[in-house]
Amino acid sequence: MSQVPSELRYTKDHEWVRDNGDGTVTVGITDHAQEALGDLVFVEVPETGQLVAAGEACAVVESVKAASDIYSPLAGTVAEVNGTLADAPERINEDPYGEGWIFRLALADATAIGGLLEADAYARFLDD
Amino acid sequence: MPFIPHTPDQVAAMLAVIGVEDIDDLFDEIPPELRAGELGGIPAALPEMEVGRLMAARARADGQPLCFIGAGAYDHHIPAAVWQLLSRGELYSAYTPYQAEASQGTLQILYEFQSMMTALTAMDVSNASLYDGASALAEAILMAVRANRQCKARRVLVPRALHPRYRAVARAIVGQPDIELVEVPYDAAGGHLTLEALAPLGDEPFAALVIPQPNFFGVLEEVEQLTDWAQARGALVIGVVNPVALALLSPPGEWGRRGADIACGEAQPLGMPLASGGPYAGFLCCKQALMRQLPGRIAGRTLDLEGKPGFTLTLQAREQHIRRSRATSNICTNQGLLVTAATIHLALLGAEGLERVAAACHANTRRLSASLCATEGVKPIFDRPIFHEQALGLPAPAADVLRSLAAHNILGGYDLGADYPELGAAILVCATELRADEEMDTYAAKLARIIATRSQARCPVEPKF
Repeated sequence: MSQVPSELRYTKDHEWVRDNGDGTVTVGITDHAQEALGDLVFVEVPETGQLVAAGEACAVVESVKAASDIYSPLAGTVAEVNGTLADAPERINEDPYGEGWIFRLALADATAIGGLLEADAYARFLDD
Repeated sequence: MPFIPHTPDQVAAMLAVIGVEDIDDLFDEIPPELRAGELGGIPAALPEMEVGRLMAARARADGQPLCFIGAGAYDHHIPAAVWQLLSRGELYSAYTPYQAEASQGTLQILYEFQSMMTALTAMDVSNASLYDGASALAEAILMAVRANRQCKARRVLVPRALHPRYRAVARAIVGQPDIELVEVPYDAAGGHLTLEALAPLGDEPFAALVIPQPNFFGVLEEVEQLTDWAQARGALVIGVVNPVALALLSPPGEWGRRGADIACGEAQPLGMPLASGGPYAGFLCCKQALMRQLPGRIAGRTLDLEGKPGFTLTLQAREQHIRRSRATSNICTNQGLLVTAATIHLALLGAEGLERVAAACHANTRRLSASLCATEGVKPIFDRPIFHEQALGLPAPAADVLRSLAAHNILGGYDLGADYPELGAAILVCATELRADEEMDTYAAKLARIIATRSQARCPVEPKF
């Protein structure tokens, strides 16, 4: 059973979103997603300063079997990216909700986060 | 027998399972106007003897002319062993097998081809080949635009002195994803790309600069300063190179301070016959930083569970069978058979052999050019150093002169008029290592006579082909 921390928000594309309380959110992929992808060998992070729309593909995670787009859960500007993933993509497998974060987004609309799934809704989505 | 081995019953059974009445229904998302109808104009089947006669007649019509045309495909010596080995059953297949790892020999050949190409170009990674040099360039441009994320520009600088067909193919392939190819003029005296010509185009951001070495006129570009110029402006550099020339010239991986980012070109000079224009093979190499943008198949060397070395296809995650429409490319079939020819050819020649071929081509073309220019009014158009081709101006219409030469069984060169009308009466000549001194002398003598006759009256000789 994969972990779904209760303090985070989620998307049906298996991204998690942490509200940093300062108008920014941190984004990564869920435990379920990393498990489904298998051992990651490469992560292509977005560019700092890049403007992204909600649902826009802005990063790629690549395992030996597949490469998948990461969609920005919300609209905003990329404020910071996890540069350590370039040399250590396995961090996403080891600690998807912590060290394996992918990018931080300065939200265009801080209230938009309310539109994302809560933990129990995402857990139910996984069960279906 | 059709290529698809399913019987009508099997097809019907499969359609029934998925609930589709007709195979055509599976293609209904493709608009009718884009679908190919029946192929017209295909004659009825002929018996083998009949086909033999027909082909023999056509071969006679071609004759065995002396070839002084290069222009992107070159008449080199191919050791007999190359195609003898290639026709072995184990190798005689156009494709990388679908269960690639079950064909270790094929993968080893691809791996060796890649190793040879990275050695020749001084790049880190090579793919297992593409269709031809022109489509390899198109893929290189797509790669550069994808990879150059600092620069959002979808603008790529392409010299006018790059092969005209390469420019046309690149335009056709990259036009749809909306990449702008900006033509950079060549220097009228040198025939090469200059910083002066580039300067006004470099004010706006551009994703990449394409540098041919040598360029279509055979002229050597100042690759060091061009590479540094483009990279200093945040652009990537794509080298379009002749693999034989690389035996003598500095490889793209060593151009300028950082080296070119991508190198591509046509592998035809490595063991592939001219064959009326194909099939040939394209090669595409890059720096390690770009390897995930490199389309196509890549064979890698690895260890199996028992620790024994073996070969495998690698870095496939972005290919179309996994990424579908978001794959790095959907035109990445490799040329298995021709790559095998190139690999055997290079293995037989070795580094030293290839260098001798390159040097002989260079020397022959210089000799040819000098003897052709002994005729009044025939002269080199550009004053820069060349590799194994030279653009010559003629004192008479190029098409007429070439037709008269053809009547004498000589393919005298490539008429530059259609692609470069600004050059006037001009041809591009090439003499590879295959051309003997007497053959070049024959050409020079015939040319002198044709020009002399033309200045009196029109040449009455009709071409033989």
